[in-house]
Amino acid sequence: MASDERFSLELNEQFAERRLGAVRNPVVEGPVSDWATDFSHVEPEWANDMYEIQAGLRTRCPIARTERFGGAWLPLRYDDIAAIAHDTERFTSRTVVMGNFRPPLDAAPMGVTPPISSDPPFHHPARKLLLPPFTKSEILKLEPATRAYCHELIDAFDGRDTVDAAVEYAQHIPMRVIGDMLGFPPEDADEFRVFVENALEGINLPPEQRIANMGQLYEYLVAQVHDHIENPRDDLTSYLLNCELEGEKLNAFHVTGTMALLLIAGIDTTWSAIGASLWHLAKTPKDLERIVTDRSLLPTATEEFLRAYAPVTMARLVRDDMEWNGVDMKAEDWILLSFPAANRDPDQFERADEVVIDREVNRHAAFGLGIHRCLGSHLARMELRVALEVWLERIPAFSLADPAAVVWSKGQVRGPRTIPMRIG
Amino acid sequence: MKVSIDMSRCQGHGRCYDLAPDLFDEDDEGYGQVRGGGEVPAGSEPNAQLAEANCPEHAITIEA
Ligand code: HEM
Ligand code: SF4
Repeated sequence: MASDERFSLELNEQFAERRLGAVRNPVVEGPVSDWATDFSHVEPEWANDMYEIQAGLRTRCPIARTERFGGAWLPLRYDDIAAIAHDTERFTSRTVVMGNFRPPLDAAPMGVTPPISSDPPFHHPARKLLLPPFTKSEILKLEPATRAYCHELIDAFDGRDTVDAAVEYAQHIPMRVIGDMLGFPPEDADEFRVFVENALEGINLPPEQRIANMGQLYEYLVAQVHDHIENPRDDLTSYLLNCELEGEKLNAFHVTGTMALLLIAGIDTTWSAIGASLWHLAKTPKDLERIVTDRSLLPTATEEFLRAYAPVTMARLVRDDMEWNGVDMKAEDWILLSFPAANRDPDQFERADEVVIDREVNRHAAFGLGIHRCLGSHLARMELRVALEVWLERIPAFSLADPAAVVWSKGQVRGPRTIPMRIG
Repeated sequence: MKVSIDMSRCQGHGRCYDLAPDLFDEDDEGYGQVRGGGEVPAGSEPNAQLAEANCPEHAITIEA
């Protein structure tokens, strides 16, 4: 039997140790008293009224504060958000999910899920390894299979006049595509969804629960690693097992951390983007009609949906005490890095709060800015384009069956999790 | 007209080669590169402007 000594150790115990090392603070929950001084991205108001809350804060104070999560800042202006994304000296990516855990300082420079959790100089080589399989031309090779899968999902609607566009369509597409790329069995998709929810939405759960949840994910990944050691194949998991960084194979943390990242980062993000785009078209008949009659509008419309409904907010930690743009920041304070807020800053975009489907100049930041630019952006754009093309081809007329029943996710990845849609 | 990319700024967003494939291309890692030394053929000026205006990293420069 094939073996690989990197993975023969009691891995899961080591993972638990790394995670247990995290600094914790008391969990504060409940209604926000004032968004400028007590904001929280995990309260239901945030999920429902994020844009109004952020627009209000942008004029009141361009950088909001909360004592929750052990202390955090929320900049609202495009320029501040761009400056922080570009400043990897003063703001570290040691973790990008803001909650009650801060990974131990010695998790740097790799972090738990490289390269998103890595700072320079570790970041660049770790990212470079992953760039070739994610270029636009490599990704276009996956288009026919993605298209066929979208058709399969719509075939399954089978004569019904109401479907859930998030649950029965949007969520499946990225799960299938990234599962195939990593070489995981397609029937495991239900498990992926649980991993994603645990990683990104369960952040106020008790620490023991969070650790147990993460343990499940790593157990799954280690099982996949062993399967790939025994049966190497042409996929990203075998690629990660074999590739070298400065003459050495990647260590076990790096391999599984990157697998976790690739699995988690592409699923609810893209699912949110597909869902939000369909939701917008369903509730805006004039935009739907324009696109159905003039398909050449789809590329600018898609970029506009990415701008206006940017699904992803990231986080940083302040490296050292400092005064930054008039704010007194302390080491280990969080920054909630809201690309959605940047994308609706009226100083950067004309008619920032409107969805303008033929917007020609659109320097949006939905995929981030600087060295961590979304590695999967070409993949996400392909999936989003194909998902919309197939839906519009098969179902050119549709509308919200029950607007009040649409549910938006809380936390750092925002998108509709249920969209009852009338398609008959 | 001539276009160029400041490689210290380019992060491979790919807006340039999406919007102006006649003027820009990707390299093996997805970073942008100019075609044909960056010379903009007559008629392609609007595409050059579109790419410049949509690069999220302000990495593209146009010289008249
Ligand atoms: C519409 C869908 C998506 C959106 C809006 C999105 C957004 C983002 C953003 C904003 C970042 C920057 C992180 C930071 O600055 O800390 C990022 C990074 C990343 N994304 Fe995506 N993403 C999407 C889809 C995907 C997909 C499909 C994948 C595929 C695996 C993916 C993989 C990654 C990875 C690996 C990184 C880290 C890159 C690095 O640190 O160098 N994403 N994404
Ligand atoms: S759009 Fe800008 S950042 Fe993106 S590839 Fe082109 S030059 Fe580089």
